[in-house]
This record gives sequence, C-alpha cells and structure tokens, in this order.
Amino acid sequence: MADTKIIVNCETGETLEVELTAEEVAQREADAQAFAEAKAAEEADKAAKAAEKAALLEKLGITEDEAKLLLG
Amino acid sequence: MPDTFIKIASVTVGSGTAATMEFTSIPSTYTDLVLKVSARSGSTTGTNVAITFNGSSSNVSMRLLYGTGSTAASLADSTKIAWEQSIASYTSNTFSSADVYIPNYAGSNYKSLSFDDTSENNATLAFAELGAGLWSSTAAINQITLTSSSANFVQYTTATLYGIKNS
Repeated sequence: MADTKIIVNCETGETLEVELTAEEVAQREADAQAFAEAKAAEEADKAAKAAEKAALLEKLGITEDEAKLLLG
Repeated sequence: MPDTFIKIASVTVGSGTAATMEFTSIPSTYTDLVLKVSARSGSTTGTNVAITFNGSSSNVSMRLLYGTGSTAASLADSTKIAWEQSIASYTSNTFSSADVYIPNYAGSNYKSLSFDDTSENNATLAFAELGAGLWSSTAAINQITLTSSSANFVQYTTATLYGIKNS
C-alpha cells in the first residue's frame, strides 16, 4: 500500500488523503536514512564515551561509585 | 472577554496509517500558533516527528534537552526540527504527547518555536524533551507538515492546531 498524506485545509476545513508523490517518497527515504545514520552515530559516540570512562576507571583502579565520591 | 485560544483544525489518522499530516491555508489572523500532537509510529526503532513549514525542510535548526529514563543529554541539529514519539515496541496503545508554540508565525522575522514532549512507555526507556527550533525564513507560515521519520503514524495519531490572539 502506498504511503499517504492527510491534508486539512484550515480555511475550508476540507480533509484529503492523498498518496505521496515520487519526490516526497524519495525525500522521506532520504530523511529516514539520515535519521538512522544520526541515531547510529549517537549510539557509537555513547558507546565510545562509556568505553573511555571504563578504561580510565580501570587505570585509576577505582569503581564508578568511588569516582563519584571523589568528585562529589 | 475575547476568544484568544481558538481551534483552527484537527487531523486524525484513520483506519490506515499516514506518513504525513499537513495543515494548509493557515490564516494569518492570529498572533501565535499552538500545535498539540498525540502520535505513535509503527516503527520498531526510535523515530521522530519532524515539523516543517511552507513545504520547506531547509534552513532549520534546533537545540534539545532530553532525558531517556536513564540518562540526560542535549543536542544541536541543523538538519531538522523534530521530537521523539512512541513506537511499536512501547506499551501498546500509548501515544507520545507534544506541545509546540510558534510565536509571531505571520510576521516577517525568522520563525522560532519551542516545544516539550514525552514519548509514553511503561518502561525505563521513555523520552522527555524540551526543545527550541528556528526556521530561518521571513515568510509567513501558512502550512505546517508533520512527518514520521521512519514508518508511518498509526491510527488515532492526532494533531490539533490552535490560533492565539493577544486580544
């Protein structure tokens, strides 16, 4: 089934449901791709920071709770 | 007492799904606009509701403060103005809630907006966000489009647009 768009005209109150144009479908696919890439980059960044933090704690020989105590 | 908070129009997704909801021919007779969105996507991974104006997705930026249920963070984005919504893996039949405020939408300055939202989920992972967006355009806003960034909006997703008058 084709993706649709619901349009409401605020002047007349008329509501239409229409299929997305080829251009809109292409834009939507590009947006979804960009969104997935941004999410993946965000997750990778988060994982890298967590690994960095764990490595530092190990180097210092203290736990995360102990680090919080020191900085608190 | 004058009517200062007036419903302009409402859209609800029917028995199918919809990729996009759009308000067109928005009258320029109000001072500000308020948009209330109750949304859920059929996506199984995180997904946004993106807002665009007058059919243009360029010259937009946003700043966001958010909590996920386990962490809090912030982000800046110069490609879209968007917020999280409930998805298929979240508690059944729950919908995210968003309030968007768009001041001076019909003026000739750049258009700013602020929003807050939550993605409802009876679990640790649930987003709460506060955001500010900017559409760097001097055009009066006469069209608002809401798009689900991946998978479609499910049935009963609703958006209602209100006009605010200062007198």
